[in-house]
Amino acid sequence: MALPDEFSISRRGLLAAGAASVAAASASSSVAEAQSRPLADPPPTAKLRFDVNGTAHDLELDTRTTLLDALREHLHLSGTKKGCDHGQCGACTVIVDGRRINSCLTLAVMHDGEKITTIEGLGTPDKMHAMQEAFVAHDGFQCGYCTPGQICSAVAVLDEIKAGIPSHVTADLTAAPTVTNMEIRERMSGNICRCGAYPNIVAAIGDVAGVKA
Amino acid sequence: MKSFTYERVDTPAAATAAFARTKGSRYIAGGTNLLDLMKLEIETPGHLIDISRLALDKIEPTPEGGLRIGAMVRNTDLAADARVRRDYGLVSRALVAGASGQLRNKATTAGNLLQRTRCPYFYDPNQPCNKRNPGSGCAAIGGFSRLHAVVGASEACIATHPSDMAVAMQALDAAVETVDAAGKTRSIALADFYRPPGTTPHLENMLAPGELITGVTLPKPVGGIHIYHKVRDRASYAFALISVGAIVQPDGSGRVALGGVAYKPWRVKAAEAEMPRGAKAVATALLAGAKTSHENAYKLPLVERTLAGVLMQARG
Repeated sequence: MALPDEFSISRRGLLAAGAASVAAASASSSVAEAQSRPLADPPPTAKLRFDVNGTAHDLELDTRTTLLDALREHLHLSGTKKGCDHGQCGACTVIVDGRRINSCLTLAVMHDGEKITTIEGLGTPDKMHAMQEAFVAHDGFQCGYCTPGQICSAVAVLDEIKAGIPSHVTADLTAAPTVTNMEIRERMSGNICRCGAYPNIVAAIGDVAGVKA
Repeated sequence: MKSFTYERVDTPAAATAAFARTKGSRYIAGGTNLLDLMKLEIETPGHLIDISRLALDKIEPTPEGGLRIGAMVRNTDLAADARVRRDYGLVSRALVAGASGQLRNKATTAGNLLQRTRCPYFYDPNQPCNKRNPGSGCAAIGGFSRLHAVVGASEACIATHPSDMAVAMQALDAAVETVDAAGKTRSIALADFYRPPGTTPHLENMLAPGELITGVTLPKPVGGIHIYHKVRDRASYAFALISVGAIVQPDGSGRVALGGVAYKPWRVKAAEAEMPRGAKAVATALLAGAKTSHENAYKLPLVERTLAGVLMQARG
């Protein structure tokens, strides 16, 4: 699958600089592409509308667009990260209708009508979410690349424990699970941190839950 | 990823009709396995039928005293259901031993059963694989085979089925309910659902093209102590090297199914008759006729020792 044209030329600075130059480059490059290959049907697209961080978005996307690519490349919400793009690392974790999922392993079009929360929607630099503050206070990261996924996952993990959803380390299936070091570690296992900031991540999550983990 | 057209359907009848109408169709629900394989162009459907919003998301009692689990029930919801936790603990235990919280929030009951092998040669389009490309050969035989099957395999394929949930369901005598384009329904015992690889490992189950899984039924609870012990390369979020799902009754009788050893959850009735005689007798009967490579021969003693631990835990 070809990457969207914006991606090859843009990094954070260009995203911030505005869309005009991107649109121009994108148009010229797609003309060049069209001229260099035989006429083919354009890839199928689909229309969708979903709510991201409280804002409604109407999009028409190539059906292949994952939720992750829709957020990053089309809505320019680059807080959600692409790590493995195969559901193995958790860097792309977002919260959809209250549940954490891997945004790389789902199609944007399948989320028509749904409510998506990304790291940008949890808090802002001026008004951080309690989990963001705790990650800062506990130094729950080094390079920071996995951090948005870790934080979205952590917020959902505490909700899952509150909702009574059991985990692999829950001793008694018929009792309500509680926040413990082992529960946090097990439930966060879908978020990989190659810097190995795990002990501080666990401490940050425990802090928000009000326990010493 | 190859391009595809997309439609969302609201009823099982609309799903099977859409499948019959459009060549190259595939159903998509959670998508956690299918999209992964589509990115690698191992799966290349021309048309996706989104069944994720079908009203098959309930867990309901059956007239026989069992449970009917809708095909679209998410793994998280199945594991967390109070009746499942109380009466079918093996299912909850197996589910939470698999994947990650994020994946379990997406993955469905039907999709879990239909997920495809994680054989690394199946995942690598540069390698021959009879499952991915029939007739091309099997790179796992004679290759890195420590993850592969020790029973039920063939000269064409030694892949294992990756599901934990299916191991628990097989121990519980679950059945798969389906509907086809003509509206005809049927129930297939999970024990008969997966096809042995034989010479056609690309044919993995008994579903006809377009036949849709609508749910899974569990017979009435059998009691006993439910233990699912999964052995893997890391403590969480990894596929099984082997797993043991066991239900042990107070008199020492019970049921055992194995994961990670075959193309399907591996259960042998004759082995269960050996339960009161201990792990060695059971493991010997379960793994009779095993064929191993130097890389996966470790699975035979690992099954026996894991089973011994499970039986000891069940005795308290």
